[in-house]
Amino acid sequence: MKQVGTETVKRGMAEMQKGGVIMDVINAEQAKIAEASGAVAVMALERVPSDIRKAGGVARMADPRIVEEVMNAVSIPVMAKARIGHIVEARVLEAMGVDYIDESEVLTPADEEFHLLKSDYTVPFVCGCRDLGEAARRIGEGASMLRTKGEPGTGNIVEAVRHIRKVNGQVRRVVGMNEDELMTEAKILGAPYELLVEIKRLGRLPVVNFAAGGVATPADAALMMELGADGVFVGSGIFKSENPEKFARAIVEATTHYKDYQLIAEISKELGTPMRGIDIATLQISERMQERGW
Amino acid sequence: MKIGVLALQGAVREQIRQIEQLGCEGIEVKSQADLQGLTGLVLPGGESTTMRKLLDRFQLLEPIRSLAQKGLPMFGTCAGLILLAKQVAGRNEPHLGLMDIVIERNSFGRQVDSFEVELSVRGVGDDIPAVFIRAPHIVSAGEDVEILARLDGRIVLAKEGHYLGCAFHPELTEDIRIMQYFVEMVNKTLLAKNSSI
Repeated sequence: MKQVGTETVKRGMAEMQKGGVIMDVINAEQAKIAEASGAVAVMALERVPSDIRKAGGVARMADPRIVEEVMNAVSIPVMAKARIGHIVEARVLEAMGVDYIDESEVLTPADEEFHLLKSDYTVPFVCGCRDLGEAARRIGEGASMLRTKGEPGTGNIVEAVRHIRKVNGQVRRVVGMNEDELMTEAKILGAPYELLVEIKRLGRLPVVNFAAGGVATPADAALMMELGADGVFVGSGIFKSENPEKFARAIVEATTHYKDYQLIAEISKELGTPMRGIDIATLQISERMQERGW
Repeated sequence: MKIGVLALQGAVREQIRQIEQLGCEGIEVKSQADLQGLTGLVLPGGESTTMRKLLDRFQLLEPIRSLAQKGLPMFGTCAGLILLAKQVAGRNEPHLGLMDIVIERNSFGRQVDSFEVELSVRGVGDDIPAVFIRAPHIVSAGEDVEILARLDGRIVLAKEGHYLGCAFHPELTEDIRIMQYFVEMVNKTLLAKNSSI
Protein backbone atom coordinates (compact mmCIF):
# COMPACT_ATOMS: atom_id res chain seq x y z
CA MET A 1 0.00 0.00 0.00
CA LYS A 2 1.27 3.46 -0.86
CA GLN A 3 1.99 5.68 2.13
CA VAL A 4 2.34 9.42 1.60
CA GLY A 5 3.88 11.96 3.97
CA THR A 6 6.00 9.48 5.92
CA GLU A 7 9.13 10.58 7.73
CA THR A 8 11.29 8.80 5.12
CA VAL A 9 9.48 10.48 2.24
CA LYS A 10 9.67 13.95 3.83
CA ARG A 11 13.29 13.69 4.98
CA GLY A 12 14.26 11.94 1.76
CA MET A 13 13.14 14.92 -0.29
CA ALA A 14 15.68 17.08 1.57
CA GLU A 15 18.39 14.44 1.07
CA MET A 16 17.94 14.91 -2.69
CA GLN A 17 18.71 18.62 -2.31
CA LYS A 18 22.11 18.06 -0.71
CA GLY A 19 25.08 19.84 -2.22
CA GLY A 20 22.70 22.25 -3.90
CA VAL A 21 21.60 25.87 -3.74
CA ILE A 22 18.02 26.98 -2.99
CA MET A 23 17.28 30.50 -4.20
CA ASP A 24 14.70 33.09 -3.12
CA VAL A 25 12.62 34.36 -6.06
CA ILE A 26 9.70 36.76 -6.29
CA ASN A 27 8.32 35.98 -9.77
CA ALA A 28 8.41 33.57 -12.70
CA GLU A 29 11.24 35.42 -14.42
CA GLN A 30 13.55 35.13 -11.41
CA ALA A 31 12.52 31.50 -10.92
CA LYS A 32 13.60 30.72 -14.49
CA ILE A 33 16.94 32.44 -13.96
CA ALA A 34 17.45 30.40 -10.79
CA GLU A 35 16.56 27.12 -12.53
CA ALA A 36 18.82 27.89 -15.49
CA SER A 37 21.73 28.59 -13.14
CA GLY A 38 21.39 25.13 -11.57
CA ALA A 39 19.40 25.84 -8.39
CA VAL A 40 17.99 22.65 -6.82
CA ALA A 41 14.84 24.47 -5.67
CA VAL A 42 13.39 27.95 -5.41
CA MET A 43 11.71 29.72 -2.50
CA ALA A 44 8.72 31.73 -3.73
CA LEU A 45 8.34 35.00 -1.83
CA GLU A 46 6.66 38.37 -2.12
CA ARG A 47 9.85 40.17 -1.12
CA VAL A 48 13.40 38.98 -0.51
CA PRO A 49 14.57 39.36 3.12
CA SER A 50 16.52 42.60 2.57
CA ASP A 51 13.35 44.24 1.18
CA ILE A 52 11.28 42.83 4.05
CA ARG A 53 13.80 44.46 6.37
CA LYS A 54 13.49 47.79 4.55
CA ALA A 55 9.70 47.70 4.30
CA GLY A 56 9.13 47.01 7.99
CA GLY A 57 5.60 46.30 9.22
CA VAL A 58 4.17 42.78 9.30
CA ALA A 59 5.62 40.28 6.81
CA ARG A 60 3.18 37.50 5.88
CA MET A 61 2.92 34.48 3.58
CA ALA A 62 3.28 35.51 -0.08
CA ASP A 63 0.27 36.19 -2.28
CA PRO A 64 -0.75 32.69 -3.50
CA ARG A 65 -0.70 34.04 -7.07
CA ILE A 66 3.05 34.59 -6.81
CA VAL A 67 3.56 31.07 -5.47
CA GLU A 68 1.38 29.66 -8.25
CA GLU A 69 3.21 31.68 -10.91
CA VAL A 70 6.55 30.30 -9.70
CA MET A 71 5.20 26.72 -9.53
CA ASN A 72 4.05 27.01 -13.13
CA ALA A 73 7.35 28.48 -14.31
CA VAL A 74 9.82 25.78 -13.22
CA SER A 75 10.12 21.99 -12.95
CA ILE A 76 12.42 22.03 -9.89
CA PRO A 77 10.80 21.93 -6.42
CA VAL A 78 9.13 25.09 -5.11
CA MET A 79 9.25 26.07 -1.44
CA ALA A 80 7.31 28.84 0.28
CA LYS A 81 7.36 30.50 3.68
CA ALA A 82 4.67 30.49 6.36
CA ARG A 83 4.80 32.55 9.56
CA ILE A 84 6.00 30.74 12.70
CA GLY A 85 2.95 29.06 14.25
CA HIS A 86 0.54 30.12 11.48
CA ILE A 87 -1.40 26.88 11.00
CA VAL A 88 -3.63 28.24 8.25
CA GLU A 89 -0.88 29.80 6.11
CA ALA A 90 0.88 26.41 6.26
CA ARG A 91 -2.30 24.50 5.37
CA VAL A 92 -2.97 26.88 2.46
CA LEU A 93 0.53 26.33 1.06
CA GLU A 94 0.11 22.57 1.51
CA ALA A 95 -3.23 22.66 -0.30
CA MET A 96 -1.58 24.55 -3.17
CA GLY A 97 0.92 21.70 -3.51
CA VAL A 98 4.16 23.51 -2.68
CA ASP A 99 6.96 21.00 -2.25
CA TYR A 100 8.38 22.31 1.03
CA ILE A 101 7.29 24.89 3.61
CA ASP A 102 9.75 27.08 5.48
CA GLU A 103 8.33 27.96 8.91
CA SER A 104 10.38 31.09 8.84
CA GLU A 105 11.58 33.82 11.16
CA VAL A 106 11.98 36.02 8.09
CA LEU A 107 8.22 36.57 8.35
CA THR A 108 6.64 38.14 11.42
CA PRO A 109 5.73 35.32 13.85
CA ALA A 110 2.03 34.55 14.24
CA ASP A 111 2.62 32.73 17.52
CA GLU A 112 5.31 33.70 20.00
CA GLU A 113 4.90 30.58 22.09
CA PHE A 114 4.22 27.61 19.81
CA HIS A 115 5.74 26.47 16.54
CA LEU A 116 3.71 24.34 14.12
CA LEU A 117 3.23 20.64 14.80
CA LYS A 118 4.88 19.76 11.53
CA SER A 119 4.47 16.00 11.90
CA ASP A 120 0.74 16.58 11.28
CA TYR A 121 1.29 17.65 7.67
CA THR A 122 1.89 15.67 4.48
CA VAL A 123 4.13 18.43 3.11
CA PRO A 124 7.63 18.53 4.61
CA PHE A 125 8.98 21.54 6.55
CA VAL A 126 12.33 23.26 6.93
CA CYS A 127 13.02 25.37 10.03
CA GLY A 128 15.79 27.68 11.22
CA CYS A 129 18.09 26.95 14.15
CA ARG A 130 20.91 28.63 16.03
CA ASP A 131 21.97 25.75 18.26
CA LEU A 132 21.35 22.05 18.79
CA GLY A 133 18.55 22.60 21.30
CA GLU A 134 16.57 24.65 18.81
CA ALA A 135 17.40 22.17 16.01
CA ALA A 136 16.24 19.22 18.11
CA ARG A 137 13.01 20.95 19.17
CA ARG A 138 12.14 21.63 15.54
CA ILE A 139 12.89 18.00 14.59
CA GLY A 140 10.79 16.95 17.57
CA GLU A 141 7.87 18.91 16.12
CA GLY A 142 8.38 17.16 12.80
CA ALA A 143 10.73 19.37 10.74
CA SER A 144 12.29 17.25 7.96
CA MET A 145 15.09 19.65 7.18
CA LEU A 146 16.99 22.36 9.06
CA ARG A 147 18.87 25.48 8.13
CA THR A 148 20.91 27.90 10.16
CA LYS A 149 19.04 31.11 10.90
CA GLY A 150 22.00 33.37 10.27
CA GLU A 151 20.79 36.93 9.95
CA PRO A 152 18.56 37.15 6.87
CA GLY A 153 18.75 40.05 4.44
CA THR A 154 22.09 41.34 5.70
CA GLY A 155 24.52 39.82 3.18
CA ASN A 156 26.70 39.25 6.24
CA ILE A 157 27.84 35.65 6.77
CA VAL A 158 28.94 36.08 10.40
CA GLU A 159 25.73 34.86 12.06
CA ALA A 160 25.35 31.83 9.76
CA VAL A 161 28.95 30.89 10.60
CA ARG A 162 28.23 31.26 14.31
CA HIS A 163 25.14 29.04 14.04
CA ILE A 164 26.63 26.23 11.94
CA ARG A 165 29.71 26.07 14.17
CA LYS A 166 27.52 26.01 17.26
CA VAL A 167 25.20 23.25 16.01
CA ASN A 168 28.00 21.06 14.65
CA GLY A 169 30.14 21.57 17.77
CA GLN A 170 27.23 20.51 19.95
CA VAL A 171 26.55 17.48 17.72
CA ARG A 172 30.19 16.40 18.08
CA ARG A 173 29.91 16.82 21.85
CA VAL A 174 26.79 14.64 22.03
CA VAL A 175 28.36 11.99 19.80
CA GLY A 176 31.37 11.84 22.13
CA MET A 177 29.33 11.62 25.34
CA ASN A 178 28.66 8.54 27.42
CA GLU A 179 25.06 7.40 27.23
CA ASP A 180 24.49 8.14 30.90
CA GLU A 181 25.30 11.82 30.22
CA LEU A 182 22.64 12.33 27.56
CA MET A 183 19.62 13.01 29.79
CA THR A 184 21.41 15.85 31.56
CA GLU A 185 22.55 17.21 28.18
CA ALA A 186 18.93 17.02 26.97
CA LYS A 187 17.86 19.06 29.99
CA ILE A 188 20.59 21.65 29.44
CA LEU A 189 19.88 22.02 25.71
CA GLY A 190 16.09 21.83 26.05
CA ALA A 191 16.23 19.01 23.48
CA PRO A 192 14.15 15.81 23.32
CA TYR A 193 16.22 13.03 24.93
CA GLU A 194 15.37 10.47 22.23
CA LEU A 195 16.81 12.75 19.57
CA LEU A 196 20.14 13.04 21.37
CA VAL A 197 20.24 9.23 21.59
CA GLU A 198 19.59 9.09 17.85
CA ILE A 199 22.25 11.71 17.10
CA LYS A 200 24.79 9.77 19.12
CA ARG A 201 23.89 6.55 17.31
CA LEU A 202 24.05 8.15 13.83
CA GLY A 203 27.06 10.36 14.54
CA ARG A 204 25.18 13.30 12.97
CA LEU A 205 21.81 15.06 12.85
CA PRO A 206 19.01 12.81 11.56
CA VAL A 207 17.98 15.43 8.96
CA VAL A 208 19.79 17.57 6.41
CA ASN A 209 21.07 20.95 7.66
CA PHE A 210 21.57 23.76 5.13
CA ALA A 211 23.20 27.14 5.65
CA ALA A 212 21.08 30.29 5.39
CA GLY A 213 20.99 33.91 6.45
CA GLY A 214 23.78 36.00 4.97
CA VAL A 215 25.26 34.15 1.97
CA ALA A 216 26.25 36.80 -0.60
CA THR A 217 29.22 35.46 -2.60
CA PRO A 218 30.50 32.15 -4.02
CA ALA A 219 33.18 32.15 -1.30
CA ASP A 220 30.47 32.53 1.39
CA ALA A 221 28.64 29.50 0.00
CA ALA A 222 31.87 27.46 -0.12
CA LEU A 223 32.71 28.54 3.44
CA MET A 224 29.40 27.19 4.73
CA MET A 225 30.00 23.88 2.93
CA GLU A 226 33.50 23.76 4.42
CA LEU A 227 31.96 24.20 7.88
CA GLY A 228 29.71 21.19 7.32
CA ALA A 229 26.49 22.56 5.82
CA ASP A 230 24.68 20.09 3.53
CA GLY A 231 23.75 22.85 1.08
CA VAL A 232 22.97 26.55 0.89
CA PHE A 233 19.96 28.85 0.83
CA VAL A 234 20.57 32.22 -0.82
CA GLY A 235 17.97 34.86 -0.08
CA SER A 236 18.75 38.38 -1.14
CA GLY A 237 22.29 37.49 -2.27
CA ILE A 238 21.34 36.69 -5.86
CA PHE A 239 18.66 39.10 -6.99
CA LYS A 240 20.11 42.02 -5.00
CA SER A 241 23.51 41.60 -6.65
CA GLU A 242 24.59 43.55 -9.71
CA ASN A 243 24.42 40.52 -12.00
CA PRO A 244 21.98 37.85 -10.75
CA GLU A 245 22.64 35.34 -13.58
CA LYS A 246 26.38 35.35 -12.96
CA PHE A 247 26.07 35.31 -9.18
CA ALA A 248 23.56 32.45 -9.25
CA ARG A 249 25.74 30.33 -11.50
CA ALA A 250 28.92 31.05 -9.57
CA ILE A 251 27.32 30.25 -6.21
CA VAL A 252 26.04 26.91 -7.58
CA GLU A 253 29.50 26.01 -8.89
CA ALA A 254 31.26 27.05 -5.67
CA THR A 255 28.84 24.95 -3.60
CA THR A 256 29.63 21.79 -5.59
CA HIS A 257 33.39 22.38 -5.73
CA TYR A 258 33.81 24.09 -2.38
CA LYS A 259 37.33 22.82 -1.91
CA ASP A 260 38.55 23.79 -5.39
CA TYR A 261 39.99 27.21 -4.56
CA GLN A 262 41.40 27.89 -8.01
CA LEU A 263 37.97 27.33 -9.47
CA ILE A 264 36.38 29.63 -6.89
CA ALA A 265 38.95 32.31 -7.77
CA GLU A 266 38.13 31.88 -11.45
CA ILE A 267 34.35 32.08 -11.07
CA SER A 268 34.59 35.03 -8.66
CA LYS A 269 36.38 37.23 -11.22
CA GLU A 270 34.46 40.29 -12.37
CA LEU A 271 31.16 39.13 -10.96
CA GLY A 272 30.13 42.69 -10.25
CA THR A 273 29.01 44.10 -6.91
CA PRO A 274 27.42 41.72 -4.42
CA MET A 275 24.38 42.85 -2.46
CA ARG A 276 25.11 45.66 -0.05
CA GLY A 277 25.80 44.22 3.40
CA ILE A 278 24.84 45.28 6.91
CA ASP A 279 27.11 45.15 9.97
CA ILE A 280 25.17 43.09 12.53
CA ALA A 281 26.39 45.40 15.32
CA THR A 282 24.31 48.22 13.83
CA LEU A 283 21.08 46.22 14.19
CA GLN A 284 18.89 46.66 17.27
CA ILE A 285 17.87 43.39 18.95
CA SER A 286 14.32 44.07 17.71
CA GLU A 287 15.64 44.20 14.13
CA ARG A 288 17.32 40.79 14.40
CA MET A 289 15.14 38.17 12.73
CA GLN A 290 17.11 35.34 14.33
CA GLU A 291 15.63 36.23 17.74
CA ARG A 292 12.20 35.16 16.48
CA GLY A 293 11.11 31.64 17.50
CA TRP A 294 12.74 29.69 20.34
CA MET B 1 36.01 -2.99 -6.87
CA LYS B 2 35.88 0.78 -7.16
CA ILE B 3 32.37 2.08 -7.70
CA GLY B 4 32.03 5.78 -8.35
CA VAL B 5 29.07 7.94 -7.37
CA LEU B 6 28.51 11.10 -9.38
CA ALA B 7 28.84 13.72 -6.62
CA LEU B 8 27.79 16.98 -8.23
CA GLN B 9 24.69 17.18 -6.05
CA GLY B 10 22.14 14.89 -4.40
CA ALA B 11 21.99 11.77 -2.24
CA VAL B 12 25.64 10.80 -2.59
CA ARG B 13 26.39 9.78 1.00
CA GLU B 14 23.60 7.17 1.04
CA GLN B 15 24.87 5.48 -2.15
CA ILE B 16 28.45 5.37 -0.86
CA ARG B 17 27.22 3.82 2.39
CA GLN B 18 25.44 1.00 0.52
CA ILE B 19 28.44 0.42 -1.77
CA GLU B 20 30.72 0.14 1.26
CA GLN B 21 28.28 -2.17 3.06
CA LEU B 22 28.76 -4.56 0.14
CA GLY B 23 32.54 -4.53 0.62
CA CYS B 24 33.34 -2.30 -2.37
CA GLU B 25 35.14 1.01 -2.44
CA GLY B 26 32.86 4.03 -2.99
CA ILE B 27 34.41 7.00 -4.79
CA GLU B 28 32.91 10.48 -5.09
CA VAL B 29 33.11 11.65 -8.70
CA LYS B 30 33.32 15.42 -9.09
CA SER B 31 35.78 15.78 -11.95
CA GLN B 32 37.21 13.87 -14.91
CA ALA B 33 40.18 12.64 -12.85
CA ASP B 34 37.82 10.83 -10.44
CA LEU B 35 36.57 8.63 -13.30
CA GLN B 36 39.91 6.82 -13.61
CA GLY B 37 39.93 3.14 -12.72
CA LEU B 38 36.24 2.79 -11.90
CA THR B 39 34.54 -0.58 -12.30
CA GLY B 40 31.04 0.88 -12.04
CA LEU B 41 29.28 4.24 -11.73
CA VAL B 42 26.17 5.24 -9.81
CA LEU B 43 24.17 8.27 -10.94
CA PRO B 44 22.33 9.24 -7.76
CA GLY B 45 19.06 10.96 -6.99
CA GLY B 46 18.92 14.73 -6.81
CA GLU B 47 17.75 17.35 -9.26
CA SER B 48 18.38 16.24 -12.84
CA THR B 49 18.37 19.80 -14.22
CA THR B 50 21.04 20.84 -11.70
CA MET B 51 23.18 17.78 -12.39
CA ARG B 52 22.94 18.36 -16.13
CA LYS B 53 24.14 21.98 -15.83
CA LEU B 54 27.08 20.86 -13.70
CA LEU B 55 27.92 17.92 -16.02
CA ASP B 56 28.21 20.47 -18.83
CA ARG B 57 30.16 23.10 -16.90
CA PHE B 58 32.69 20.62 -15.55
CA GLN B 59 32.97 18.74 -18.86
CA LEU B 60 31.83 15.37 -17.55
CA LEU B 61 29.06 14.53 -20.00
CA GLU B 62 31.24 13.23 -22.85
CA PRO B 63 33.75 11.32 -20.66
CA ILE B 64 30.91 9.50 -18.86
CA ARG B 65 29.13 8.75 -22.13
CA SER B 66 32.30 7.35 -23.62
CA LEU B 67 32.99 5.13 -20.57
CA ALA B 68 29.43 3.83 -20.78
CA GLN B 69 29.85 3.01 -24.45
CA LYS B 70 33.04 1.11 -23.58
CA GLY B 71 30.96 -1.06 -21.23
CA LEU B 72 31.26 0.57 -17.79
CA PRO B 73 28.22 -0.60 -15.76
CA MET B 74 25.99 2.28 -14.67
CA PHE B 75 23.14 2.48 -12.18
CA GLY B 76 20.85 5.50 -12.23
CA THR B 77 18.29 6.23 -9.52
CA CYS B 78 15.55 8.83 -9.97
CA ALA B 79 17.42 11.86 -11.36
CA GLY B 80 20.19 9.45 -12.38
CA LEU B 81 17.66 7.45 -14.38
CA ILE B 82 16.61 10.64 -16.19
CA LEU B 83 20.29 11.23 -17.07
CA LEU B 84 20.59 7.68 -18.47
CA ALA B 85 17.48 7.73 -20.67
CA LYS B 86 17.72 8.01 -24.46
CA GLN B 87 14.59 10.11 -24.48
CA VAL B 88 13.14 12.48 -21.89
CA ALA B 89 9.49 13.48 -22.47
CA GLY B 90 9.24 17.21 -23.17
CA ARG B 91 12.93 17.63 -24.06
CA ASN B 92 14.42 17.70 -27.52
CA GLU B 93 17.75 16.25 -26.45
CA PRO B 94 18.44 13.61 -23.80
CA HIS B 95 21.23 14.00 -21.21
CA LEU B 96 23.62 11.04 -21.42
CA GLY B 97 21.20 9.27 -23.77
CA LEU B 98 22.40 5.73 -23.10
CA MET B 99 19.53 3.49 -22.04
CA ASP B 100 16.82 2.65 -24.55
CA ILE B 101 13.88 4.04 -22.60
CA VAL B 102 11.56 7.02 -22.69
CA ILE B 103 11.29 8.72 -19.32
CA GLU B 104 8.75 11.17 -17.93
CA ARG B 105 9.75 13.45 -15.06
CA ASN B 106 7.70 14.09 -11.88
CA SER B 107 5.15 11.65 -13.18
CA PHE B 108 3.71 10.69 -9.78
CA GLY B 109 2.96 14.33 -8.86
CA ARG B 110 4.51 16.87 -6.54
CA GLN B 111 6.14 16.28 -3.15
CA VAL B 112 2.82 15.92 -1.28
CA ASP B 113 2.10 12.94 -3.57
CA SER B 114 5.48 11.30 -2.87
CA PHE B 115 5.16 7.92 -1.17
CA GLU B 116 6.76 4.69 -0.03
CA VAL B 117 5.57 1.24 -0.96
CA GLU B 118 6.75 -2.39 -1.12
CA LEU B 119 7.57 -3.65 -4.58
CA SER B 120 8.06 -7.00 -6.17
CA VAL B 121 11.33 -6.95 -8.13
CA ARG B 122 12.06 -9.75 -10.58
CA GLY B 123 14.99 -11.88 -9.44
CA VAL B 124 15.51 -9.81 -6.29
CA GLY B 125 12.52 -10.19 -3.97
CA ASP B 126 8.84 -9.43 -3.54
CA ASP B 127 9.20 -7.18 -0.50
CA ILE B 128 11.55 -4.45 -1.65
CA PRO B 129 10.95 -1.14 0.16
CA ALA B 130 10.77 1.63 -2.43
CA VAL B 131 10.70 5.37 -1.72
CA PHE B 132 9.29 7.48 -4.56
CA ILE B 133 10.12 11.21 -4.33
CA ARG B 134 8.79 13.42 -7.10
CA ALA B 135 9.66 10.33 -9.07
CA PRO B 136 9.89 9.78 -12.82
CA HIS B 137 8.71 6.61 -14.54
CA ILE B 138 9.69 4.73 -17.67
CA VAL B 139 6.98 5.36 -20.26
CA SER B 140 8.28 2.84 -22.78
CA ALA B 141 11.30 0.64 -23.23
CA GLY B 142 13.14 -0.84 -26.22
CA GLU B 143 12.99 -4.58 -26.88
CA ASP B 144 16.38 -5.30 -25.27
CA VAL B 145 15.27 -3.77 -21.99
CA GLU B 146 14.36 -6.19 -19.24
CA ILE B 147 11.54 -4.93 -17.03
CA LEU B 148 12.31 -5.72 -13.38
CA ALA B 149 9.48 -3.93 -11.57
CA ARG B 150 6.23 -2.14 -12.25
CA LEU B 151 3.93 -0.11 -10.04
CA ASP B 152 0.32 0.41 -11.09
CA GLY B 153 1.37 -0.80 -14.53
CA ARG B 154 4.20 1.74 -14.83
CA ILE B 155 7.77 0.56 -15.32
CA VAL B 156 9.90 1.66 -12.34
CA LEU B 157 12.98 -0.58 -12.54
CA ALA B 158 14.66 -1.91 -15.66
CA LYS B 159 17.93 -3.29 -16.97
CA GLU B 160 19.50 -3.08 -20.39
CA GLY B 161 22.87 -4.78 -20.79
CA HIS B 162 25.19 -2.99 -18.37
CA TYR B 163 22.66 -0.27 -17.46
CA LEU B 164 20.33 -0.44 -14.47
CA GLY B 165 17.67 2.25 -14.08
CA CYS B 166 15.47 2.82 -11.06
CA ALA B 167 12.71 5.41 -10.57
CA PHE B 168 12.76 5.18 -6.77
CA HIS B 169 15.34 5.43 -3.99
CA PRO B 170 16.67 2.13 -2.62
CA GLU B 171 19.45 4.14 -0.95
CA LEU B 172 17.00 5.81 1.46
CA THR B 173 16.24 2.44 3.06
CA GLU B 174 18.35 -0.08 4.96
CA ASP B 175 17.69 -2.68 2.25
CA ILE B 176 20.76 -3.18 0.05
CA ARG B 177 19.43 -5.84 -2.33
CA ILE B 178 19.12 -3.54 -5.35
CA MET B 179 22.65 -2.22 -4.91
CA GLN B 180 23.75 -5.83 -4.51
CA TYR B 181 22.08 -6.60 -7.84
CA PHE B 182 24.12 -3.79 -9.43
CA VAL B 183 27.36 -4.98 -7.80
CA GLU B 184 26.68 -8.43 -9.29
CA MET B 185 26.27 -6.76 -12.71
CA VAL B 186 29.65 -5.09 -12.18
CA ASN B 187 31.15 -8.46 -11.19
CA LYS B 188 29.85 -10.15 -14.32
CA THR B 189 31.24 -7.36 -16.48
CA LEU B 190 34.66 -7.76 -14.85
CA LEU B 191 34.62 -11.55 -15.32
CA ALA B 192 33.62 -11.20 -18.97
CA LYS B 193 36.44 -8.71 -19.52
CA ASN B 194 39.03 -10.95 -17.85
CA SER B 195 37.96 -14.05 -19.75
CA SER B 196 38.18 -12.20 -23.05
CA ILE B 197 41.86 -11.33 -22.49
